[in-house]
Amino acid sequence: MSDAPVFAPADSLLRFATAGAVDDGKSTLIGRLLHDSRSLLADQLEALELASRERGNAELDLAMLTDGLRAEREQGITIDVAHRYFETARRAFIIADTPGHAQYTRNMVTGASTAGLAIVLVDARNGLTEQSRRHAVLAGLLRVPRLVLAVNKMDLVGFDETAFRAITGEFAAFTAQLGLREVTAIPISALRGDNVVHRSEAMPWYDGPALLEHLEDVEVTDEGAAGEFRLPVQCTIRAPGYRGYAGQIASGSIAPGEEVLHLPSGMRSRVVAVDTADGELDRGRAPQSVTVRLADDIDIGRGDMLCAPANPPVAATELTASVCWMSAGSALEPGTRLLLKHTTRTVKALVSGIGDRLEITTLERGPAERLQLNEIGEVGLRLAQPVFCDPYAGNRFTGGAVLIDEATHATVGAVMITGAR
Amino acid sequence: MLSRLDLLESEAVHLIREVVAEFDRPALLFSGGKDSAVLLRLAEKALAPAPIPFPVLHVDTGHNFEEVLDFRDRRAAELGVRLVVASVQESIDAGRVAEPTGKGASRNRAQTVTLLDAIAEHRFDALFGGARRDEERARAKERMLSFRDSFGQWDPRNQRPELWNLYNGMIHPGENVRAFPLSNWTERDVWAYIEREGVELPSLYFAHDRKVFERDGMLLADTPFLPREPGEQLVERSVRFRTVGDMTCTGAVPSTAATVAEVIAEIAATRVSERGQTRADDRASAAAMEDRKREGYF
Repeated sequence: MSDAPVFAPADSLLRFATAGAVDDGKSTLIGRLLHDSRSLLADQLEALELASRERGNAELDLAMLTDGLRAEREQGITIDVAHRYFETARRAFIIADTPGHAQYTRNMVTGASTAGLAIVLVDARNGLTEQSRRHAVLAGLLRVPRLVLAVNKMDLVGFDETAFRAITGEFAAFTAQLGLREVTAIPISALRGDNVVHRSEAMPWYDGPALLEHLEDVEVTDEGAAGEFRLPVQCTIRAPGYRGYAGQIASGSIAPGEEVLHLPSGMRSRVVAVDTADGELDRGRAPQSVTVRLADDIDIGRGDMLCAPANPPVAATELTASVCWMSAGSALEPGTRLLLKHTTRTVKALVSGIGDRLEITTLERGPAERLQLNEIGEVGLRLAQPVFCDPYAGNRFTGGAVLIDEATHATVGAVMITGAR
Repeated sequence: MLSRLDLLESEAVHLIREVVAEFDRPALLFSGGKDSAVLLRLAEKALAPAPIPFPVLHVDTGHNFEEVLDFRDRRAAELGVRLVVASVQESIDAGRVAEPTGKGASRNRAQTVTLLDAIAEHRFDALFGGARRDEERARAKERMLSFRDSFGQWDPRNQRPELWNLYNGMIHPGENVRAFPLSNWTERDVWAYIEREGVELPSLYFAHDRKVFERDGMLLADTPFLPREPGEQLVERSVRFRTVGDMTCTGAVPSTAATVAEVIAEIAATRVSERGQTRADDRASAAAMEDRKREGYF
C-alpha cells in the first residue's frame, strides 16, 4: 500500500510551536506538512476538498485544515492555540499552532512554553515585521532551545537568493541579542510545497534540508534531565503501611540511598525508594512522575520541594522576573495584588516595582509605570510565603510561574524568574 | 530518554495528581470506551498503592451497547470505585430534555443536559474526560485543564493560557473544570498503551459477527432505537467498533481484527479517521462538536 501513511515505531517525540503574522501562511504551512507527509486521512481530505470548493477555491485550501472554530473559518483567521499530531517513520510530532494576531501573543507564549523548537514564519516579500520580531523575542525569552526561521512565499519573490539572504541577515542581527541558541533558516513556499516535506528544485542555491527533514533530525532530549534534582511535591500518597510523596521530577535524577533536602523545613533525609505503579526504579529522572519514600518521618505536603542538598533552589520571598502580561481587562502596576502559582505552590504576591519595559521592535528597554496586555517587562514581586526557585535561564520548570487574578481567577501573567532572594 | 508512551503517561499522571490535590469533588467520566478505560488505568497508576479516591460517572443515553454496560459495571466493581450513572431517559421522563426525533435522531446531544444536571446534583468540581486533541478540530483547541463557567459553558476565545506544566485550577463555587489527561495522545498511542498495559476492553472493539445495515457509508447496529429506512437491508458482517458511544450514531467498521495487535495493524493501514468513519453526530455540521462543547458536552 504505497499511499498509506508511514507508520513505524517512532519513539521520539518533538513538540514544536509555529508562529507568524496573519497572512504569513502559517496555516498553509501546517496543512502542507500534514498533507505532504501523508498524515491526512481520506475523510479529512474529502472534507477539505468540499470546504475549499464551497469557499470558491479551485485548489485545496490547506489553511482550512487547521481552523477549527466556526469564527476562525468565517473570518479566515486563527484564534487560539490548536494542537496537531502527526508522525513520520522517524519521529512523532506535536504542533502547537499559535495565532499570529498581536492580541493573541499570550497564546504564542502558551504554545512556546513546552516547545523544543519554534518555527517563526516570515513573508519573503515583507521581510521582518513587528510580529516576527515579537515571536523571536518570545522564543528567546521562553528559552525555546531551537528556532527555525522559515522564509515563506519564496515563489512570490522569484525564488531569489538575495531576498532570502537579506531577511536571514536582518534576522541574525536582531536575534544576536536574544540568546537564541540555535537558529536554522529555510526558504520555503508552503503553498507550492517547496522545501516543506520535499526539497525544492526551484532553489538550487539552497543546499540545506527541507523543513520536515530538519524537524526529524534535530536532537531531542528530556528537558532538565541533566540538571540538579528537584521534585515539587504534588500530594502525599497514603495506603496501609505506605507513605510516599508524589510529583513529577522537574530536573535531575534521584536514586534510593541518596540524600535529599526538604524545603521549607531544611531537614534532610535519605531516599528509601523511588516508586511508580510498575515497581521501584533504580533511578528516577526528569520528567518522570514518581512517588518517593523517605527514611525519616518529616511533615511534607503539597507545595514543598525535595531537592539536592548540595545545590538547593533559593527559598525566595522577593523575585525579579520577566513578565508577559496577558490580561486585557487590567494592567500590571506597582501595588497590584495577585496570586503566583509556582510548581505546586500558590502564594499571594504583590507587585513591588516595574523595572522596565521591553520594546519588542528595537529590543530597547525603557522605563515603565505599568504593563498592558501583551507587554513584557522586568517586574519585582514580593511574596507572602517563599517559593523554591531557580533562574528560568537554567530551569524552565522551577524558574517559570503564572500570575492569577484573585477575583476572576484568570491566568494573567507569564513569569520567568531572573533573580530571587 | 523516556519513550513516547512513558512521556505521555508521565504527563497524564501529573495532571491527574494536580486535580486530585486541588479539587474537592472530582469524578471521572467513564463510558466503558477505550479512552476512558485507559484513563481509568492512568488514575489507578497515578495514585497507587492508594485506591482511586473519586467516583466514576457514566452518562447513559439509554441506547448503549449491552456489552459496554456490562464492562462498565464490572470494571467499577473490580476497582472498588463508586459508579454514578446519570440517565438521559430520566432527564426525558422529567421533561428536562425532549426526545430527539426524525431521521438521524440521536440522544447524543441530549447528554449535555443530563451531564450538567449530574454535575450540579453531585457538586462535582472537576471531571476527568478521555477526550484527545487529535479527534476533531474543535477538540484540537482544548486545554489540558479546561475551565467551564457556572452554566457549564466552554468559551474557546477566553481560555486560560496553559504554561509549562502549570494548571490554573482556581474556580468559584458552581464552576467546574474538565481535565483531559489524554490530550496529547493519538488513537495509535491509546492502542499502543492498551497493548503495553494489557488494558481490558469491551468485546465490541474486536471483530465479531453482527447484524448491521448501511447508512451514509456507515455500518450501523441492528437496534430497536434505530428504525431502518426503506431499502436499508440487514446483513450479517464481521465488524468491530473503533469508538463506542450511543448505538444510534456509532458505526462499525468491517474487520477481522480479533486481537489488540491485529487492531493496531488495521489502524496503521486505514485511510479513514476514527471519528470520520464511525461518528454520525460529528457529521451533522462542520461545527457539530464545537457547538456541543460550548453547551457543556465534554
